[in-house]
This record gives sequence, structure tokens and C-alpha cells, in this order.
Amino acid sequence: MNIHEYQAKQLLAKFGVPISKGFACKTVDEAGKAFTDLGGPLAVVKVQIHAGGRGKAGGVKLVRSAEEAKKVAASLLDKVIVTHQTGPEGRLVKTLYVEAGSDIAREMYLAVVMDRSAQAPVVIAAAEGGVDIEELAAHKPQAIARHRVHPVKGILGFQLRALCKHLGLTGEQAKGGSKLIQSLVTAFMALDCSLAEVNPLIVTKQGDVMALDAKMSFDDNALFRHQDVLALRDTNEEDPKEVEAKKFDLNYIALTGNIACLVNGAGLAMSTMDVIQLKGGMPANFLDVGGGANKQQVTNAFKILLSDKNVKGILVNIFGGIMKCDTIAEGVIAAAREVKLAVPLVVRLEGTNVDLGRKLLQDSGLNLQTASSLDEAAEKIVKAIA
Amino acid sequence: MTVLVDGNTKILCQGFTGEAGMFHSKNSLAYGTKLVAGVTPGKGGQTLEGVPVFDTVREAKQASGASVSMIYVPAAFTADAICEAIDAEMDLVVVITEGIPVADMAFVKDVMKGSKTRLIGPNCPGIITPVTDKSGCKIGIMPAYIHRPGKVGIVSRSGTLTYEAVFQVTSNGMGQSTCIGIGGDPIKGLDFIDCLKLFQDDKDTEGIIMIGEIGGTAEEEACEFLRGYVKKPVVGFIAGATAPPGKRMGHAGAIISGGKGTAADKKAAMKRAGVHVCDTPSVLGATMKKVLAK
Repeated sequence: MNIHEYQAKQLLAKFGVPISKGFACKTVDEAGKAFTDLGGPLAVVKVQIHAGGRGKAGGVKLVRSAEEAKKVAASLLDKVIVTHQTGPEGRLVKTLYVEAGSDIAREMYLAVVMDRSAQAPVVIAAAEGGVDIEELAAHKPQAIARHRVHPVKGILGFQLRALCKHLGLTGEQAKGGSKLIQSLVTAFMALDCSLAEVNPLIVTKQGDVMALDAKMSFDDNALFRHQDVLALRDTNEEDPKEVEAKKFDLNYIALTGNIACLVNGAGLAMSTMDVIQLKGGMPANFLDVGGGANKQQVTNAFKILLSDKNVKGILVNIFGGIMKCDTIAEGVIAAAREVKLAVPLVVRLEGTNVDLGRKLLQDSGLNLQTASSLDEAAEKIVKAIA
Repeated sequence: MTVLVDGNTKILCQGFTGEAGMFHSKNSLAYGTKLVAGVTPGKGGQTLEGVPVFDTVREAKQASGASVSMIYVPAAFTADAICEAIDAEMDLVVVITEGIPVADMAFVKDVMKGSKTRLIGPNCPGIITPVTDKSGCKIGIMPAYIHRPGKVGIVSRSGTLTYEAVFQVTSNGMGQSTCIGIGGDPIKGLDFIDCLKLFQDDKDTEGIIMIGEIGGTAEEEACEFLRGYVKKPVVGFIAGATAPPGKRMGHAGAIISGGKGTAADKKAAMKRAGVHVCDTPSVLGATMKKVLAK
């Protein structure tokens, strides 16, 4: 799960990460009031969307008066912003963050990520800030320092010293830097993050080390023990079909093709997408109904698939293990009737009670095709919608 | 010989009396698996399905002689259950539970350092060694009836895709030595390299099917290992060629990030290592048959 910059900053501030003062605003008037309340000569208005590249896309603006803050807010609120991370459809701006301006002397990069190969969190730091860290890693790997965080003890003193040295922080700045890195790691571990990124991390002209931007992502598996974090979820930032699917414990991801698929198991669901494309079609989604789906879940899944206006056909691919093929067949039949299915449907069933399942489908009188292998199923659905 | 478990392996089940634990334990017993003890804290002293229940893993191991634990404990308590099994010095722990926080697994891996326990999973179908057409050692949630004893070792990150491969191997008149589902989580126990080594060293395995998916670089590292160590033919498939970057495809580990972990990279690494790469999982069985006939 992702959260907005202003939410991340509020969380990080609780752990002692220094940030500028700021206010989240939903209206033009709030933005004007925020400028006045900040009391400074300069503020920054930033769109709050779950995507990077906001600055280049015109979503971050400097303002010097309450009037200007209101004008800028009016030009951004309820507008769609397109960055290199949003896709061409962009994101609708519902919230702005108005923050006191900082006198930046230097920008750096700092992040904590959960790293598979280290099997622990890893701190990543670079003395160059505001950069695309992946590009830096590819072209100038020596510019990036990496330190494995002990999964129980956290980050150790020598690591903080090495990181500050790498960042070029000395004296009082090193003290501030150490404290900030320590706080970021503590927040990361306490909140079960998968990513906590400060890009840029800055030194101000006054010599303070602080977070100018912040991005946090959380381990979905751990949200059950962080209700406070879960409360920060903004469903406006998610695909409505994905939000709906989550309600029914369905694992759904919207894609851009026109062949919907309903599969059990994540690996098989990905493979089904792959084979559809291999046979000349394009998948409309990823959907894993899981190991124990029942009739009601299959019906709900069908409704979600068909709410995508691009869908021209449906491929059901089930390898019944725990899930019995006759149960799936019953679900498919019930769903097809309930939603008055009007697009071609190809069903591939294999596994437990397959004969029973196939017979149910044949006797249903529904207009559907069956297939015995995934390849055959994909070929049939691609042909059916051509 | 087979890999890790055989028809004589004695296992216990943590989370035995829970809904999932009981359902799958019954299936293991029906397949002739030597499931000799159950563990559920507070329920010691009962006997269910002819299997004695204990409060702790240590008691269960002492009384039953089990060397392997299979775990169905709910995600919030799984790390604790694994640590208990490590503390009881089980040889192998197979964790079926999905949805375990990644930080919990990082903690478990730290606890495992220096212990003799091996871990499979979490978030996996488990491990199975078929002994006859209808029986064997089944530690997990796979449908037993599709398996036949034979010479093909299977290792996979995905559950249903493993069944797909097993089914095709069986349909093509072959069988399996052992099938290992290593699971879809980013921090886990046995990885491809461990399993490939086991299969190479097992004299009853003649061919290996390796099924990977997008995310991480375990497949690429396994391919490096393959080139130097594995002499047996390997048939491979990678799921997720069409998955968009930055989206988690069901499995917590299945995500392309920073341009790393793509199916194209993994397939290329497989090809360089001499793996017979399939473009669709529908031909895994037929490809293995052809390769073994050479």
C-alpha cells in the first residue's frame, strides 16, 4: 500500500525525521490560509498523488503570497496531472500540500528498502540528490552506498558514520544526518514498510539536515497490525475495479487488453496472460481467485471483469486442486446467467472432478466453448473475438 | 532415493486442529503419508483422525519421532511457529501459510542461522514424493492424485503452475521423483539453487523442470549455478512475460522493480545455461519427454 507525501511526512516526523512545516489542503481557500499560517515569504504547493515525477509535470510550484497560493491551487485542484509514472490517463488531483520553502544548499538521496537478496532492510544513500536512483545505480554504481540493516537490532553506529561520510556530512551535519537515518530506519521497521524514501534529503543554508520529499510503501501482509497506517489508504488513487475486487478477497489487477481472464493461482494467472499474448491477443487483467473460491466469489469476479468496457471475451482457466472443477463450473454457469453474459466465453478446466465440471458446462445450454489445454483455450478466445 | 522426503519420512503438523490444518492433514493421511503427530497449543492430549495432539513441537517430536514439520498456523503467528520448530531441531519445516509479513520472515531467517533446520516456503504448495500411483509422502496442499512415482524432479515458485507441470509429466507417461514448491514470497527458505543441487545429486532424478516467475534475480543466479553444477537436462518456464512493471502480481515476490526481474531476462539466462525454455506451460511435459528420449 502507498500513501501520500504529506502523510509520509507526518508519520516520519513522529519518529523524529526533520521536515518543513506544512498543511494538506483540499480547497483553494485552505491553500491561501496555509500560506498565511506558515508565515514565511516563500511556500511550495505540491500536488498529492501516488506517483513520482510531479515537479517535471508542473505539479510543484513556488508561491510568494497567499493570493498566489490560491491562484496556483485553483490551477491544480480537480485537474488531471500526467507524469512519467501515472500512465497516459494521469491522476486527478484532490489534495495539495502547502509547505514552507527551504533554503537548499545541497541535495542528497536516502532510502530504506526491504531487500530480497540481503533478506533484510537495506539503507541506500547517494551524495547526489533529486536523481533517478535506478539510473544512477546503472551508470555510476560507486556513487551509491548500501548498508544491510540487522532485522532485529536495526542500524548500527558504524553504519551511520559510514553513511554520513558517504553523503559528505561532517560535524554538526553528521550528527543531524545520523539521527535522521536512524529515525528513518526505526520508522521503516516499526511500520513494516517495504520502502521509505527521502529524495531529496537536503542540507539547508542554515546547516540543517532534513527531508524535502518523502515516499512510503507498506507490506500489505503486515497491515493487519497497523490499523493507523491502513486508515491512510486513499482509494481515489487505485483502480475502482481493483478496490471492488479487494472487498471480495480477489486478487485483481487491471490491464489494457480486451480478453478478460479468471484463473486460480498467481503463477497460472500470469501464464494465462502470457499465452493469450503469445496467441495474438491482449489480456485485460490479472485475476487470481485463489485456492478456495466459491460460487459467490466467481460471480463477483465475473461482474468485475465485465465492468471493464474494453472486454470483448473471457477466458476461464482453472486447475482444480483443492478447488473442485464442478464447483467452478457451477459458479461460472450461475455468474453467466446472472450477468446475462453477452461476450464469448472459453472455459478450460483440469484437475479434481474435471469430468463432472465439463458435463455441467455442456448441459448448461450456455453459449460457451471448452478447451482441454491452456494453449487451446487461448487460441479459441483470440479467434472468438477477432 | 528421492529428495528431502520419502515414503518413510515421519511428519508432524503445526496448526493441526485448525480448519486448513485438519483438511489438508486428512488428505495427507489418505495418501498414506506418515503424519504421526499434531501440534496445537492448549489442545494436547486429544487424538484426532488417529493422530495424537501435543501442546509443543518438542513434545510431539519426542513422542512421535517426527523429523519434518508442516505448518498451517495463521499468518500473524507463523513466524513464532517456525521458530518453535527450529528450536525443536526439526530437519525440515514446510510452511504452507500465505500472507506472512516480510519482516517476520527476515527475522526467521536470522534465527535460522547456524541451525540445522531447512525451510521450504512460506506461501507454497509444499513438497511431495510419490511412492506408488496412489500413495507417498505429501506435505502440503497439492492434489495428490495427479502424481506418479518417476524420474522427473520439479521445482517451482508457483502452486497451480506446479500442478500443471506434474499433470503433464504424468499424462505423458512419466512420473516425478520429488516436487518442491518453494513459494512466491521474496524472503523464503530453500531457493532454486538448493533444489537444483538436491536434484542433481539424487540418482533417481533424471530430468528437472524449473518454473520461475518475474521478480528478484533468483532464476538468474540459479542459471549461473546450473552451468557449473547441473549435468541433468533442465526444462524451464518463466511466468509473467506480460506483467506490467511495478505491480505486484498476486505473489508478494512477483513484481518487476527498477527494470530488474523481467521474464525476458530470466528466459535469456535460462537459454544461456542450456535450459530447454518453453514459451507456454502447455508444453512442459511434452518437452521433458522429448529431452529424456534423446
